[in-house]
Amino acid sequence: MSVGPPVLRLSGVSKAYPANGGHSVQALRNVSLEVGRREFVSLVGPSGCGKSTLLGLIAGLEEPTDGAIEIETEADGTPGQVAYMPQRDLLLPWRSLLDNATLGAEVGGGDRAAARTRAQSLLPSFGLDGFADALPHTLSGGMRQRAALLRTVLLDRDILLLDEPFGALDALTRAALQEWLLEIWERLEAAVLFVTHDVEEALWLSDRVYVMTRRPGSIQLDLPVGLPRPRTRAVRGTPAFAAHKQRLLDALLADTA
Amino acid sequence: MLAALVGVWELVTRLAAVPEWLLPSPTVIVVEFVQSLPQLAPHTARTLLEAAIGYVAALLLAFLVAALIDQSGLARRALSPLLVTSQTIPIFALAPLLAIWFGFGITPKILIVALACFFPIAVSLAGGLRNADPDMQALVRSMGGSRRQVFSKVKLPSAIPSLLSGMKIAASYSVIAAVIGEWVGASQGLGLYMLRASSSFQTARVFAVIAIIAVLSVALFLAVDVVGRWIAPWIYVRTEEAQT
Repeated sequence: MSVGPPVLRLSGVSKAYPANGGHSVQALRNVSLEVGRREFVSLVGPSGCGKSTLLGLIAGLEEPTDGAIEIETEADGTPGQVAYMPQRDLLLPWRSLLDNATLGAEVGGGDRAAARTRAQSLLPSFGLDGFADALPHTLSGGMRQRAALLRTVLLDRDILLLDEPFGALDALTRAALQEWLLEIWERLEAAVLFVTHDVEEALWLSDRVYVMTRRPGSIQLDLPVGLPRPRTRAVRGTPAFAAHKQRLLDALLADTA
Repeated sequence: MLAALVGVWELVTRLAAVPEWLLPSPTVIVVEFVQSLPQLAPHTARTLLEAAIGYVAALLLAFLVAALIDQSGLARRALSPLLVTSQTIPIFALAPLLAIWFGFGITPKILIVALACFFPIAVSLAGGLRNADPDMQALVRSMGGSRRQVFSKVKLPSAIPSLLSGMKIAASYSVIAAVIGEWVGASQGLGLYMLRASSSFQTARVFAVIAIIAVLSVALFLAVDVVGRWIAPWIYVRTEEAQT
């Protein structure tokens, strides 16, 4: 689905953390990947392979030890930024849902009133209609994740980094949110880099799936999915889907053995 | 339990005919309390005023120091040990010293209250700021948030529960600190009133003052709690959130 130059390119990115005794722990080794404009890319790998570390690097929270992260510059020439949704929803417990959703505009010094209006108008499609003033602790797990995604979307960036957004949810809620995410994404003009350890989730959502090795994490497989869009649930039953799934599982399990 | 204790007290003082100057019975104390209420009112007001000014001064200073400790590594290294060791100094023992330096007016009382209230507030606030969720801070930084924004949007609100518990402890210290300040020398206040009563063996009156101090301390403690629930309703659901 990628058209034109990538919006995000990682070349030879490594990250090592200093450990006690002068040694260092290598979290990522020589990771290279690309995300095209409006492309949905997933990153799967075993737990602890450095997926979250990688997103932290792209979000600019940490510096890579080696390699380069290039993010396409904005139209106005300022360095491009990404919208980062961490694993936990991290809704600030003292803020209402709407105030949480518009945190980005507030931090960025944008027009708060406009951000609030826009957030209000998006509440129904995020299944949060009527909860604008609710405090996070009154919301269900699924609603909290949708609120966190709303906050991420409202940052208005070309690249969304989603770190296992559905990891903590039950299977049913998860399946419902996956379908919903696809719907939302198809209307957005953004590329997504989606971290998960669920092979089916990755396949069903993505245009491309990267498989990572165990720590130190590196890319061991780059799988273009190529299934037609818009995707329906039925896609999961097709032979092409099954074949892809087999390839991904083989790669993951070979590494674990 | 409390009622039983008071009952036993009443019985013992009556049956054993304990002299009133040694241990007055609860009924005698209540009668004394009601009778001296008009006299007690201005003294109580004075003590409360000292406690209130000292408390607010402590709160402001604690904010400043805790924010400084949080924002500057140098300040943390310089002030943190000082804060901890200074807590081992019995603040109340400084009362006579403050009287020498600042005389017998209201200033030394306010200072005693401020000193007694400062440490619990400063320590709890500094701790609350330090324990703010690093992931939430990272989130604001990932949005391009400055250090100041991380502080005001994440750290400060996160520290409120911890700050409130420090403020509650400080509130319960404030009245007794003012009274001790008055013991050293004062023209008005519950401490003075208590001292006079005890030197003339009006034991029932001493008890009446103790009762007022206790009630005021508890009332201030509860007042902070109520204000806390009002401004920070989310902190009372923390336990539920911790389970998920």
